[in-house]
Amino acid sequence: MKSSAGDRTLLAVVYALLAVMAFISFYPFWNAAVISFNNGTDTMRGGITFWPRHFTLENYRVVFGDSRLINGFLISVLRTLVGTFVSIGATAIFAYGMSKTELIGRKSYMVFCIVTMYFSGGLIPTFLLIRSLDLFNTFWVMVIPGIISVWNMIIFRTFFKSIPAGLEESARIDGCTNWGVLFRVVLPLSGPVIATLSLFTSVYHWNDWFTPSIYISNADLLPIQTKLQQILNSNIMSEQMAQLDAAAQGRMGRMKAVTTKSLSMATMMVATIPILCVYPFLQKYFVKGVLVGSLKE
Amino acid sequence: MQNPAHTGLAEKKKDRPSLLKRFRKQWDLQLMVLPPLLFILVFSYIPMYGVLMAFQDYSLFKGFSASPWVGFKHFEMFFNAPEFWNVIRNTIVISLLKLLIGFPAPIILALLLNEVRNPLFKRTVQTISYLPHFLSWVIVAGFVMSMLSTENGSVNMLLQNVHLVKEPINFLALPQYFWTILVTTGVWKEIGFASIVYLAAIAGVDPHMHEAAAMDGAGKLRQIFFITLPAIMPVIIVFLILDIGNLLSAGFEDILLLGSNPVLRDVGDVLDTYVYRVGIQNSRYSYATAAGLFKSLLGVLLLVGANYAARRSGNSLW
Repeated sequence: MKSSAGDRTLLAVVYALLAVMAFISFYPFWNAAVISFNNGTDTMRGGITFWPRHFTLENYRVVFGDSRLINGFLISVLRTLVGTFVSIGATAIFAYGMSKTELIGRKSYMVFCIVTMYFSGGLIPTFLLIRSLDLFNTFWVMVIPGIISVWNMIIFRTFFKSIPAGLEESARIDGCTNWGVLFRVVLPLSGPVIATLSLFTSVYHWNDWFTPSIYISNADLLPIQTKLQQILNSNIMSEQMAQLDAAAQGRMGRMKAVTTKSLSMATMMVATIPILCVYPFLQKYFVKGVLVGSLKE
Repeated sequence: MQNPAHTGLAEKKKDRPSLLKRFRKQWDLQLMVLPPLLFILVFSYIPMYGVLMAFQDYSLFKGFSASPWVGFKHFEMFFNAPEFWNVIRNTIVISLLKLLIGFPAPIILALLLNEVRNPLFKRTVQTISYLPHFLSWVIVAGFVMSMLSTENGSVNMLLQNVHLVKEPINFLALPQYFWTILVTTGVWKEIGFASIVYLAAIAGVDPHMHEAAAMDGAGKLRQIFFITLPAIMPVIIVFLILDIGNLLSAGFEDILLLGSNPVLRDVGDVLDTYVYRVGIQNSRYSYATAAGLFKSLLGVLLLVGANYAARRSGNSLW
């Protein structure tokens, strides 16, 4: 079918709009990366947009040489690994139990869970609960409160129900208990759903800065995102100071190859790299994940 | 051959064993669910019960059980607080702005993407537009600060290059720009990811309808307005209702991170950040809980109201 002139114009507008949108989506990220690879003092002269003018790895050398940032990075890695493993494991076991029709009390258990999706105690009562459980200033405060996710449980359960009952029956005849069936039959068949939910859970753990910011004051336990938030906050202050005393700040800046700005951009990049590494895998799964989620809604 | 406890049929028999016996028989199954349920009891239900401290003068030393009950004292204090109307105004304005602009944006993106025939171009745009959703708010706030910085931030450089401004504008220190920044940032972060559902809905539209319309001489634009949009309307309405239910969550992390400058408090204080500031930072626990409870109640009312309106138009959540 031939397309009319109007349709062809429309298509050109569509492509142009999408190209502009993609550019706006990507530019902040690209620009931050460029600044992180550019000499800090040179950046202060302005004009850095698409390409580093004075390429240097000095910013990254400082970031990787800063034991506090490395420590934050390691805490983030540890938190993401432990938090995801414990949460996915416990939630999968929970979901398997809930998927069994013969489970006594199943309906009331389900209502008990679903209520928590609509009502919550809010920030302050949760804060005081964590306080009274003595979880303040511990690594576990970043792991324990998120172990059981009702949302993930429902997705797991839906998946488990779709596994042919015959497979479980034959395992049972071979003498498997419920736990045996779960670990030898059901979980090995659940690769895709485990991958999807693990990716989403680990992105949450990697990105969460707020939980540690209110529950942890010990700087050695803070993950990189919270550290970064503190750095950016102090940057705002230093920018305000800079306006008060631009001349002095300028003199100081001229001596430095690394400035607070170039340094924080490099830190931001380091804190984003893991996300970029899992992103291709994420993209493969999240479309499915989103659709499962929206069906549940 | 089969263990009767494992078939649903057995439960319907008159002579089934007692509840306790059956429970004992499936102890391994119960062991899978009871600890997680206990966990939910502790981490979800105890805080829900703890909301009652909004009606107390809660003190850390006395604890929940020994703190005196004071009725609606904290609610009255909140309603009469000098910042009350300001917080309410900010919450409503920011969330309405976000809804007004942030809600249609992904629908438009999905409609645009659907017209693209070049698969490589389409996939590239999608890949790029989904990415911000997976970045933490800290990173996004860092981008915003860098873009808007007075020291050679890209936005100021652009404005100066096209001679719109002479001096760089300190966007993040001027109250009149704050709402725009919040809405733009929110759209920037979520537009791609939110478009996924609409793209899926559009993909489900019967292509015969488009063919028939094209036969009758309808151009692309007409097909979008008279076929695609009506076909995905149920999906749009479900998401609209959900968004209205969340209306009072005007934003939390974004405002906390971008609005840290005290001059922005007049335009940036919303219910959630107010609860955080008063409760966590100033330790006025009962008062902050009362403000939080007020927000939850309004939210439920909004959700029920939106659903009622939607049901009258033939769509509803439940």
